Amino acid sequence: MAALLLRDLKLSVRAGGGALIGVLFFITVVAVIPFGVGPDLNLLSRIGPAIVWIGALLSALLGLDRMFQTEREDGSLDLMLMQEHPLVLTVLVKCLAHWIGNGLPLVIASPLLGLFMNMDEVAIGATMLTLLVGTPALTFIGAVGAAVAVTLPRGGLLVSILVLPLAVPVLIFGVSASYAAVEDPAPFLPPFLILVAITMFFAVLGPLGAALALRNADD
Amino acid sequence: MRLIAENLSARRGEDLIFQGVSFALSGGESLVLTGKNGSGKSTLLRVVAGLLRPESGTVTWQADTGDKGMRAAEACHYLGHRNAMKAELSVHENLTFWQQFFGHSPQGKSLSVDEAADAVGLGDITHLPFGYLSAGQQRRMAFAKLLVSFRPVWILDEPTAALDVSAERVFTGLIESHLRNGGILIAATHQPLGLKNAQELKMAGFAGIAEEVW
Repeated sequence: MAALLLRDLKLSVRAGGGALIGVLFFITVVAVIPFGVGPDLNLLSRIGPAIVWIGALLSALLGLDRMFQTEREDGSLDLMLMQEHPLVLTVLVKCLAHWIGNGLPLVIASPLLGLFMNMDEVAIGATMLTLLVGTPALTFIGAVGAAVAVTLPRGGLLVSILVLPLAVPVLIFGVSASYAAVEDPAPFLPPFLILVAITMFFAVLGPLGAALALRNADD
Repeated sequence: MRLIAENLSARRGEDLIFQGVSFALSGGESLVLTGKNGSGKSTLLRVVAGLLRPESGTVTWQADTGDKGMRAAEACHYLGHRNAMKAELSVHENLTFWQQFFGHSPQGKSLSVDEAADAVGLGDITHLPFGYLSAGQQRRMAFAKLLVSFRPVWILDEPTAALDVSAERVFTGLIESHLRNGGILIAATHQPLGLKNAQELKMAGFAGIAEEVW
């Protein structure tokens, strides 16, 4: 399983891996917001956490459809289905590799984008922390969508549409926890802990659902 | 050890591709599937490998040692039309990954990555990205994947496609040594593999039309 993790990480940074594409898209989306909204610093800092979260959500959706499709196209998926290790575990490891390759760079890039949005350091820290906790949930939810659409030749948009409704709670609690860190009356911990709970919930359910979908995707 | 298929039938969409296929193979035996395009050879192989659900029938694997609950697929190597190798990674990285992912089987001996590449006659180019190789070289390297981790049953779908004559001889040699070590082979092929005393199963195809399931 460590071999699978290592291989997927290598693939994500080599040609066509798409790890950098996600970050570039994230930076592009967030960087154009100030140009569109105008130089109102108070407004920017107020919508900052929400914009950074939406940018991260969209970039996280970007690479999802390739998660199992590349494996299926070259026949590796067949061999993975035949092994004695449980498929759920294989999917979980692939999710982790996908998150390290595609999700973690978004978290690391987020403080820079926080500066673009005139956010103060507490807000930047809170957004980074909620992204760190919340983006794995996006990957786990996305794995189900990617597994369902694995046999479709151009399933990219379909995956995004399937995944987006399920990802909305992650967005809501991620953004509300980030706001709670800067706005005084709202407490930070409750939305943050719900975000943690969502991630842990989907860490179990996502690989199970994806494994089930892959088993039944026989063409 | 024995691989037993009983009364298999499979469906693709509405069509019943074949029905009532039964065979039993024990160590050292081989089965060659022949038949024209679309007669269901690949479908049968995918059913045996556990990748397609049969419409009826079962595939069971009886190992020599304990381990009763083993799925038949876990005893099999499957080499399909696609090579299951990543074009972006080097050949060595590809083979090392599959060796570790397949794990070590206690029964037979597995070759190291370099030995396996030597066995298919391409020992000196394992540092190249898999995508740089020609179609025939890619096929050979995909075959080397079967050698890095021992599995008693080899399921080969058109193993000699894109190969020259000398590579075919190399493959036949490797298959024969696998059979000598007590392995089992099921292969679908158009070219004769040149195996001695192989059983042959002729696939007629489209059983559904004969059976009038419409």
